[in-house]
Amino acid sequence: MEITGAQIMFYIFAAVILVFSVLTVTSRKILRAATYLLFVLIATAGIYFMLKYEFLAAVQLTLYAGGIVVLIIFSILLTSHISEKFEPISKMKTIASFLASAAGAILVSSVFIQYKFVATTKEALNVDMEIIGKSLLSYEREGFVLPFEVISILLLAAMVGAIVIAKKSDDKIINEDKIK
Amino acid sequence: MPFDIYDLSTFTHWIDTSLRAGMSPFWAVFTEFVLVGVVFLAFYAVVGLFLVYAERRICAFMQCRLGPNRVGPGGIFQTIADLIKLLFKELIYIKNADKILFNIAPFIVIIASFLALAAIPFGKGLQAMDFNIGIFYVVAVSSIGVIGILLAGWSSNSKYSLIGALRSGAQIISYELSVGLSLIVIVILAGTMQLSEIVEMQRDGWFIFTGHLPAVIAFIIFMIASTAEINRGPFDLAEAESELTAGFHTEYSGIKFAFFFLAEYMNMFIVASIAATVFWGGWMPLHIGSWEGFNHAMDFIPPFIWYLGKTAVIIYLIMLFKWTFPRLRIDQLLTLEWKYLLPVNLFNVLLMAFIVLKGWHF
Repeated sequence: MEITGAQIMFYIFAAVILVFSVLTVTSRKILRAATYLLFVLIATAGIYFMLKYEFLAAVQLTLYAGGIVVLIIFSILLTSHISEKFEPISKMKTIASFLASAAGAILVSSVFIQYKFVATTKEALNVDMEIIGKSLLSYEREGFVLPFEVISILLLAAMVGAIVIAKKSDDKIINEDKIK
Repeated sequence: MPFDIYDLSTFTHWIDTSLRAGMSPFWAVFTEFVLVGVVFLAFYAVVGLFLVYAERRICAFMQCRLGPNRVGPGGIFQTIADLIKLLFKELIYIKNADKILFNIAPFIVIIASFLALAAIPFGKGLQAMDFNIGIFYVVAVSSIGVIGILLAGWSSNSKYSLIGALRSGAQIISYELSVGLSLIVIVILAGTMQLSEIVEMQRDGWFIFTGHLPAVIAFIIFMIASTAEINRGPFDLAEAESELTAGFHTEYSGIKFAFFFLAEYMNMFIVASIAATVFWGGWMPLHIGSWEGFNHAMDFIPPFIWYLGKTAVIIYLIMLFKWTFPRLRIDQLLTLEWKYLLPVNLFNVLLMAFIVLKGWHF
């Protein structure tokens, strides 16, 4: 069986994802774990690029790699010091989590082996901006306007909540004036 | 060997076919990857060195000095001498730093700017990757660079680095919004995100002329916000030397410091390229409506020269900002973004959508 370049790239991405996923959960330094998570997310974006689904790849990069990981790192920067390290995990916990993940792997792979993947002969869809925009705002079948709106309300609620939490309450301000 | 400076796609196709004739498709593609990589690395180094030289000369000009003028004619080899010095400098290892992250950080910064460079159309047919979501791709990969800055600041285990990194993080995350929204204004006008098509659509007039007022507003906002994105003055409080020594790269020395330095200048080049491509037509010559003779005369200048010329003008503007305006405070910086640029930008998007719907643009 001849190995194509795409297969080599896939194996590289797969290896990166596997190795760094394991490192993410085993690292004892929190910022290192976040960085390994970043590599996992970028390699996932690489697989999307391989599948010629550039839009999803760019979303993966900008939302997960550029957005969520930046927020995680930002909060680590504000809260933890470089000398902090997690306690080494006890042997019992290691064995138990290894068993749990092995059970999960067996379950998932047994399903995957039984399922017959049929290669599609359809032409790859060129997902350009117009298709994305139209399906995002379409309320017909396969339209995304309802999830889009639900998410907007969720985000609005989260934002209002964040402002309320961050806002100084009135009596606090009075207290500060007294101190002055 | 077909070599046409007006349409380089024939040249790249010629390379492709002659490579495929000599070897299997896999090795042909592999050789092309290596070739493109080497060309980009060389381009990156040359442009970076030249920009450092240009900045020093322009800064000197603004301050009534001469700037570097001893090494080579007009001091043009000064930055090469500086580079050799940086290469030979000792790499200092900090005892209590997080060594892995400390070493990874410069690479994240430089790889992010390298990825963005790949999607820029330098001339007709001279583009490494032409995605159908080109602009979005550039915005996406350039948002990774800030992670390198944050990691560098934290892993150095120094208070100056940490404060510098936090400032730069807050700054880049907020100004990313304005950069994205000002580009969306042009995407609305163009109806596509593919960079090659955006350039092609400006055949009869650059977007800054055909897009009326919203395009001009978007251009101004893009210039302000992107200057902040690349951490340059007047928004360089991440490395405010009077307060923070050198900000996030205080603890770096030798070639690792050079990586940050080079990436900063290359980010400026990328930002200028995007502005030139999106607002000023990229490599497209200046065409005015039905002036046949004028348009024809403009076509004689090769596209690559047009592209470099426009980029150079924008880089000159960004350098002028740095040496003209005083540095902003962090609260002024955030006020400018959240209270002025963002509302104006949102209104601008609506305005452009209205104009495009009415068909008022040219």
